[in-house]
Amino acid sequence: MAIKIIDPGFNVTVQDFGRPKFQHLGVPVSGAIAPTLLRLANALVSNTEYEAGLEIRLMGPTFEVLCDSLRIALVGTSTPVEIIDGDITFQPANQSIKLKKGQIVKIGNVSDSGTTYLAFEGGFDLPKTYDSMSTYVRAGIGGYKGRPLLAGDVVPLKTNSAAAHGELKLNDAWFLDENGPLRVILGPQDDYFSSNSIETFFDSKYSVTTEADRMGIRLDGPKLQHSKGYNIVSDGIVTGAIQVPGTGQPIMLLADHQTTGGYPKLGTIISADISRLGLLCPGAEVTFQQITVQEAEQILVEQELKIKTAIGNFKPADPWLDHQALYNENLISGFM
Amino acid sequence: MNTPSRNSYRFLFAGDSALVIQFGETVDASINQHVRKISAIVKREDIEGVVDLVPTMRSLMIHYDPLCISQAELKKFITPLLGREFTLDDDIIRWRIPVCYENEYAPDIEDVSRSLRVSASEIIKQHTSVELEVFMMGFLPGFPYLGLLPEIFDLPRRVEPRVHVPPRSISVAARQTTIYTIDSPGGWHLIGQTPVDFYDPNRENPVLVKAGDKVAFFAIDSKEYSAVRRALKADEYPLIMDC
Repeated sequence: MAIKIIDPGFNVTVQDFGRPKFQHLGVPVSGAIAPTLLRLANALVSNTEYEAGLEIRLMGPTFEVLCDSLRIALVGTSTPVEIIDGDITFQPANQSIKLKKGQIVKIGNVSDSGTTYLAFEGGFDLPKTYDSMSTYVRAGIGGYKGRPLLAGDVVPLKTNSAAAHGELKLNDAWFLDENGPLRVILGPQDDYFSSNSIETFFDSKYSVTTEADRMGIRLDGPKLQHSKGYNIVSDGIVTGAIQVPGTGQPIMLLADHQTTGGYPKLGTIISADISRLGLLCPGAEVTFQQITVQEAEQILVEQELKIKTAIGNFKPADPWLDHQALYNENLISGFM
Repeated sequence: MNTPSRNSYRFLFAGDSALVIQFGETVDASINQHVRKISAIVKREDIEGVVDLVPTMRSLMIHYDPLCISQAELKKFITPLLGREFTLDDDIIRWRIPVCYENEYAPDIEDVSRSLRVSASEIIKQHTSVELEVFMMGFLPGFPYLGLLPEIFDLPRRVEPRVHVPPRSISVAARQTTIYTIDSPGGWHLIGQTPVDFYDPNRENPVLVKAGDKVAFFAIDSKEYSAVRRALKADEYPLIMDC
């Protein structure tokens, strides 16, 4: 009831939806930086939407299936999953895939998007800290031993065999094509910026720098001027906060952000756009649009409906031809 | 000027999933106490959709689930609570925390002694002379901001912040003192180290203290430091004061 990591990929971590109830202890929320995608990946393997999965950036892991059978789904990339079992086959992303014991799964290069999730039917059999399996590497909690996966790790799963039913696929990976401005609610410290600077922020393009990780995304663009200095008495931080330190270049804070901080925050990305932040790659250009809290609340309700509808509209995936079985039965020969 | 009054607060917007109630913009122990009082009152109401309450020196951040409660509804719930009287607090724990102030554990104590023009032993005496309050948690998991220290500790941060501060370091600045919980950068003056882990990922509840708890330090020497560390590992060292 496990997978064995052969190649760990790049900083692959176990993430669920984090520890939002323990921020008062200074514990960062953590959790998936593109939560919508993990929810869809979970739904494809018939998990509850809030199970933990693997969060992958740039390069995914290669692992061996140690349980009798296993169902997985990869969401966030258009790169297919490579399955090595004597021969090599490819299965598309955005659908469930049933695997057998001994098969080797290679996720490979997923740098076509900022973040990709791999969900496992039944989920991981790992301990929870503060109600969550999310890995927070800096403090060594959650996930597999509080760190990214390494070669040789045997990561335990809750089930030994995949349920007997057909495979499902997502009709439309709309979230990979979402562009348009990121929507922002002004505050809490918009009064620390000149009105010219706020105009500049909403009228300009900013690019995502290479300083982008689970804590935040440093942007590069027109410099913003503080009108009352750039130190405040530390106050609370929420995911999506746009913090502007002394350099005048904004930083968008993601799941691993500190719970409190002492830089003024010009605005906050709305909840419905948080998953889009997780998908941004270095070099991407972003613009911002100011909206009201009431508008943001409406957009979030619409997005929830969209996710639920997408899950309700999963289609049967084309059956995967098991070449080995066909070969054994002399039904085909010399394939590929 | 910043006298906390139940009438002087401002709501600040922090997106569509957090609301800030700001009671001042300066570091002031009485404002902080007011923040923690309001936090306890809101917590007691157990409002559906409220996810967490994070009190800081001068404001309270309310994290909430916007699919459960709108900002307008939340404000409607909160506003009448802001004038309510409430005495702190039921579940406060009083901690007695050993600290070694000897050289290898206190890289900045001589500098602090020079800049304050008091002896190292006077610094230790003053640092252990008062029971402190946890004003807020933040910066790192389990990292408490404690105060107020006696006036001699009214000193600015270090000019050059350190890149690495070892865990369990006790630091001081601006009449506050903190305990580093994991290796991190830090700009405060390191005057000692405690054998106590204020954060330990291997404990069931990794974080030791919470806002509102009280902490009194007492001095130990470097031999005791190792002995206390062993006793803590064996769960044979009491840290909580009998009331």
